[in-house]
Parts: sequence; structure tokens; C-alpha cells
Amino acid sequence: MDVSRRDVPRMDVRRSEYCVIACAEAWRDAGEILASPMGLIPSVGARLARLTFAPDLLLTDGEAMLVRPDGTPEGWLPYRQHLALVSGGRRHVMMGASQIDRYGNQNISCVGDWARPKRQLLGVRGAPINTLNNPTSYWIPRHSRRVFVEKVDMVCGVGYDRVAEHPGTARFHRIPRVVSDLGVFDFATPDRSMRLASLHPGVSVEQVREATGFELTVPDEVPSTREPTPDELRLIREVIDPADTRLREVSS
Amino acid sequence: MTDKTMTADEVVARLHSGMTLGIGGWGSRRKPMALVRALLRSDLTDLTVVSYGGPDVGMLAAAGRIRKLVAAFVTLDSIPLEPHYRAARESGAFELMEVDEGMFMWGLRAAANRLPFLPVRAGIGSDVMRVNPGLRTVTSPYDDGETFVAMPALRLDAALVHVNRADRLGNGQYLGPDPYFDDLFCEAADAAYVSCERIVDTAELTKEAPPQSLLVKRLSVTGVVEAPGGAHFTPCAPDHGRDEAFQRLYATTPWAEFAERFLAGDEEAYRSAVRNWQEEQG
Repeated sequence: MDVSRRDVPRMDVRRSEYCVIACAEAWRDAGEILASPMGLIPSVGARLARLTFAPDLLLTDGEAMLVRPDGTPEGWLPYRQHLALVSGGRRHVMMGASQIDRYGNQNISCVGDWARPKRQLLGVRGAPINTLNNPTSYWIPRHSRRVFVEKVDMVCGVGYDRVAEHPGTARFHRIPRVVSDLGVFDFATPDRSMRLASLHPGVSVEQVREATGFELTVPDEVPSTREPTPDELRLIREVIDPADTRLREVSS
Repeated sequence: MTDKTMTADEVVARLHSGMTLGIGGWGSRRKPMALVRALLRSDLTDLTVVSYGGPDVGMLAAAGRIRKLVAAFVTLDSIPLEPHYRAARESGAFELMEVDEGMFMWGLRAAANRLPFLPVRAGIGSDVMRVNPGLRTVTSPYDDGETFVAMPALRLDAALVHVNRADRLGNGQYLGPDPYFDDLFCEAADAAYVSCERIVDTAELTKEAPPQSLLVKRLSVTGVVEAPGGAHFTPCAPDHGRDEAFQRLYATTPWAEFAERFLAGDEEAYRSAVRNWQEEQG
């Protein structure tokens, strides 16, 4: 018996921790590839996956070094090599999204008319090259109708309806999952539109529908996002994120 | 052997309004800010700026010097949205060629290799194609028959980069973790100007640092400027990190006020104004 587990008091699992688990699961069975989490909770999730069920994952320090979870450098990945690695496909990135639609088209460039935006955001960044070359998941810390929209204002990350028009060029396209503070979503539907894959405990289907600006596919039975194991909880709370940075993205 | 040392103002005197300028670094990292400040002191305008954008773009945009920007993003990294860039875009201040980070790199590579374009599997299916109606695609002549974006060469009239060390001949060295694309910017340009934290003797360059830290070769460099703190407030590891407090000040101060206090004089005046501000903060 693992003695360390007995030491962990069984505390209530917080929403932010279900989000960590849901993000970590994106990298299950990914093998020896680079995990590129963008955002705090995806970063905690990637490190959790690396420390538990996906030990072959590679992680960066956010700059040019590949590092072990304890920060020990194990490789060099400057931007020029990172971009080549993206094209080679040995990477699963989890990006943010200011807007996302039912087919997984993502926008981080601007809100409103591109020619003269109402609100200028980051720019397309690497979303076009990411989505055409390696699996791209998304993390949305505040699920709302402002983010989950009928139509995004500028397609940066390419969705399933768009790639259907370019089957050859887009043969490596895949959006494994979208994680929000309410649940997990995928595109396992006949027309590759978004489906509710699991609800975080405490969230209702109505809550998700209310916060989503398009018609979601909701299966008859929606599973719950899985519980963290006691060891995973310990790793999240004591090893990976003792400063509770995850609460800055999801406050409960 | 030609001594290529010059001042930042002498660099700017060689540039012209209407030029296409590539600016090295990445986001708010190792930006040639002393050269950008010199540019802001001049009356150069109507520029096409090619940059993995940070405060270089923000300042030039705020000062109204940009006619057209080629970029995949503009950010201050620790402050995700560049306020002056945002304001300029939201008022439709200049033309934008918004491309993906990878497309941007292949555009520089095409220019450095004297190719009209390079094929890239990025952009297809995205609105990068909608907002850049001039972008063309190319079909593989081989059996796969795949379609790619033909990313046009991003040829530059001049490149501005900042590195840790250089010799007087233009051999530039980076000592931080990431070279970014500074060598590529220089190779894609008709003239490249390298500022550095310190000019050293050639033999000094490899005394303690490995040979692969020699990023920029003198054959692609026109001028060398010694500019200690020349990346400020962006980082130039390991010489100095990002001045986060000053970056916050930049991002939250109205442009006219910031420019009047910090950019009205030369580089020495800038450094002294920054020191004064830091002393005020205690």
C-alpha cells in the first residue's frame, strides 16, 4: 500500500481541480511528444500528466528550454525549432480562445470587423500552423456566450467545417477536446460539430446550454468529468501548484 | 577589415521614410529598443514594419510612423495586449498583413534564400487567406498533389537587431537561451544594423562562450552600435531581465506623457530619465 496516500486528507475537489484533470486527460496516451499548454490550468494539467499517466511527454519552461517537471533542463527548443517541431506534428498544443464556434474555429486575433476591429486582441499567432499540423485542444476558463459563438469574427485556428474543404492539406488536423470551467467538449458527431463530452461535477446541462451561443449536441447520458485520484490531488496541491495559481483562472 | 561601429543616430541617418524595416527579437524579448528610440527621435515615417511584434511596434504605432505592419501578433508577453498597438488598430491607423508565426518565418527564409516564396502548410482554411487576398497557393508537382500557401519572401530594406556582444566588424553574439530570428532578419535585409550590450575584441567572443553563440555574421551586417541596456525595457538575458515595473509604466501611461518624459532626448537622457523614475519608486 502506498503510505503517502494515507497522509492525504480527503478534501473536497474544487472546480479548478476538475479543470486540471480535464486538461491533463488531453495528453493521455500521447506518447513521446511535446505538450504545449497555454494558460495556468493547462500547464498544471500537462505537468500532472507527465508525472502520472503520460511519463514520456516533453515540457518547456515557457522559454527555449525543454525541462523535466522539477525544472531540470533536458533539451533546447528555441522558437525556430519549435516552429519546425509544430510542422513535424510531434506536439499537442492546448491554446486559449477568445471566440470558438460549433466546428471548433477559434479566434484570438480581434473582435469585430478585422479591417477596423472593435477590440484588437493578440493576433493569429501560431493558430493556423498549429491546427493544420498537430493536435490542437482549447482551454476556456470562463464559458460564456461571448466565447462560444455562432460564428467567430476571424478564423485563426481552423475548425472541422473549414478543413472539410481542404482534405489534403488538412490531413493532420485534429481538435481532440475543448475544456471549459463547465465541462469537456469534443467533435464526435457525424458533422463534426461540438458535443458535450462530460460535465464537471456540480454543473448542469442547462447551465452549459445557457452559456453557449450555439446549438450543442448533448447525448442522452452525459458522464461526469472523472474524479482526481488522491495521488493526483496531492500532486496538484503540494507539488505542481502549491501557490494555487489555478485559482486565478477558475476561482473555485 | 572595416570598422562598422556607428551611433544609433548614424544608423537612422542611413534609413529613409517609406522603407521596409525588419525588427528582431520576439514579443517583448531582446528588442533593439535603443535603435527604435533613435528612430523615434528622427522624422522617419511611412514605414513598413516586419516584426514578431512587441513594444517596438507599439511605440512606432503610437508615434504614427507605420504605414503597414507585417506581423503574427503584437504583445508585451507579461502584459498580453500591447495597448498602443491596440489603439492604433482600433482606429484603423495602418495597413496590416496578418500572417501566422510559421508563415512569417518562411517569408524571412524565402527572402534570405533569394526565393520568391516558400510553401507552407499554414494559413489554408483560416481567415489569414481572407484578410490577405494577395496570398496565393501552390500545388505540389509530385504525386501527393497537396495545396500549400506560397508564402511570399519578406525582403527587407533594413534590419535592426540587438544582441549581447559584437565585435567592431559586425560579428554578433547572443548569450541568452533563444536566438529568436535575428540572423534571419539580417540575412533577409539589404542592410542590417546590430546593436549590442558591449563591443568586444573578436577573440573575446569565444573565450568563454561556445562558437554556436556567434549568431550574426559580419558579411550580413552594415553597422554595429554599442548600446548598453539597448533592449530596455525588454530583456537581454543574461545581461538583464525584463524591467517589468517600467513595462507596466509604459503600458499604463498615455503615450504623449511617456514620450515627453522618456523619449524627448538622446539615449543617455533616456537612461537617466529611467534612473530618476526608478529612484522615485524607491
